[in-house]
Amino acid sequence: MTGAGLKDATAVVGIGQTPFAKQLPESEKALACRAILAALDDAGISPAEVDALASYTMEETDEVEVAKAVGFGDLTFFSKVGYGGGGSCATVAHLAAAVATGQATVGVAWRSRKRGSGPRPWKNTAVQLPTPAQWTRPFGLLRPADEIAMLTRRYLHEYGATRDHLFNVALACRNRANQNPAAMMYERPLTRDMYMTSRWISEPLCLFDNCLETDGALACVIVSAERARDCRQRPVYVHSAAQGLPAQHHGMVNYWNDDPLTGPAWTAARHLWKHSDFTPEDVDVAQIYDAFTPLIPLSLEGYGFCGRGEGGAFTEGGALEIGGRLPLNTSGGGLSEAYVHGFNLINEGVKQLRGTSTAQVPGAATCLVTAGEGVPTSALLLRT
Amino acid sequence: MLTPVVDDDGAPFWEYAARGELRVQACAEPGCGELRFPPRPCCPHCHSFDSEWRRMSGKGRVWSYVVPHPPLLPDYAAQAPYNVIVVELADAPRIRLVGNLVSGPEAALNSVAQERIRIGARVQVVFTEGAGSEGGSALPRWVLERP
Repeated sequence: MTGAGLKDATAVVGIGQTPFAKQLPESEKALACRAILAALDDAGISPAEVDALASYTMEETDEVEVAKAVGFGDLTFFSKVGYGGGGSCATVAHLAAAVATGQATVGVAWRSRKRGSGPRPWKNTAVQLPTPAQWTRPFGLLRPADEIAMLTRRYLHEYGATRDHLFNVALACRNRANQNPAAMMYERPLTRDMYMTSRWISEPLCLFDNCLETDGALACVIVSAERARDCRQRPVYVHSAAQGLPAQHHGMVNYWNDDPLTGPAWTAARHLWKHSDFTPEDVDVAQIYDAFTPLIPLSLEGYGFCGRGEGGAFTEGGALEIGGRLPLNTSGGGLSEAYVHGFNLINEGVKQLRGTSTAQVPGAATCLVTAGEGVPTSALLLRT
Repeated sequence: MLTPVVDDDGAPFWEYAARGELRVQACAEPGCGELRFPPRPCCPHCHSFDSEWRRMSGKGRVWSYVVPHPPLLPDYAAQAPYNVIVVELADAPRIRLVGNLVSGPEAALNSVAQERIRIGARVQVVFTEGAGSEGGSALPRWVLERP
């Protein structure tokens, strides 16, 4: 192992998923088991060999339930990352660290949710979420969409970005979903007219600025680079990984520090690139967390694809489409494939680097995957 | 309508609000004195656990705003579309409070026409009466300086 420790030391060797739908009949636990077994089958590894697990919060199925259901061996590493969608990439990062340091040999990360047919989390007013709710909720700032819309309005005001820039994001994701038979929006094209005349959710955000509500599950398998060479699939290496919780950060209501528009992406990005042989210019394709369209320009700035305030303009001229400067969310993302707290972005990154995406970027060799921006976040740089 | 679920650190803010005073927590360490919001046990600058609640003028500017539409909780859906604003305080621009722009202390959340709201508009705090009984809270709300 080299001094950097994590760099290319581990690889994703299996991915699995269930169908995605507004409503699936099976339980969250059953869906989790199906995705995990599919990922292990993809890797050609027996469940009995699994000794590490990683998941993230806002999932009800715990390690004990999963392990006994699918017949895992003795587990020697298990972690659960906080902050919902901010933890997606951190699951892979934790498993990579565990495998690289010898704490475990076969790691499984998963996400199962019934967000399509289940309750909307914000309707439970007893839960204070990660938000310091006494300062926001009595005033009717109730939902994540409201909290992010507040930052969006300020962003549009400060930098002259427009709703057309947000539309560019929604359109790129929808166009990729239209190529992906597994996507919830596979047969549903989006036009600018549809976007501009759709109903508001929280002005300045409209319906198409918001992600889907999905039932579904996904999983992936991580082993050492050495073992990966013997697995069934072409290895996709974890080149660099980072979590990010910036100083004086306040979650999605990040209104109370000197620079609210500099979110966790900036912190994660500094660490990610510091430990990488690549720069943003070397990234062939990106899967950027898209619970809301404005997270894309904010993330493009945070991860260094453009300067501060240039995220809106970056989306112009088809930059996010196939053949553009940075093809984005090539499965359709949370906006148009499925909203499974970003785990579909991880698996799509793996597919791109295997060359098996339904919207394949020719010769893709590097892929950035990010977790939820606006909450304590995480990111991965994957490579062939 | 939701009332604030108050914690130990935030309780003084709401006690002062019930008296019609807008106060923000500040470090009480001589030589520091930094304001902080939301309130917390110790000063992130000098780490002192001594704090005081400094009275603000109640003047500010709209930093950003949203206009929520349903689906919302029933009491809020009944007033939608309404505004939620973030106000930066004139005395301390880094201190920002979430609130509503209203035509008067007890007016509805949608009592100011959306066209009147803009980033940078000068606003002044007013306080609701609160529920009056135990557990009720007076909320800070905001009116335009030049209605």
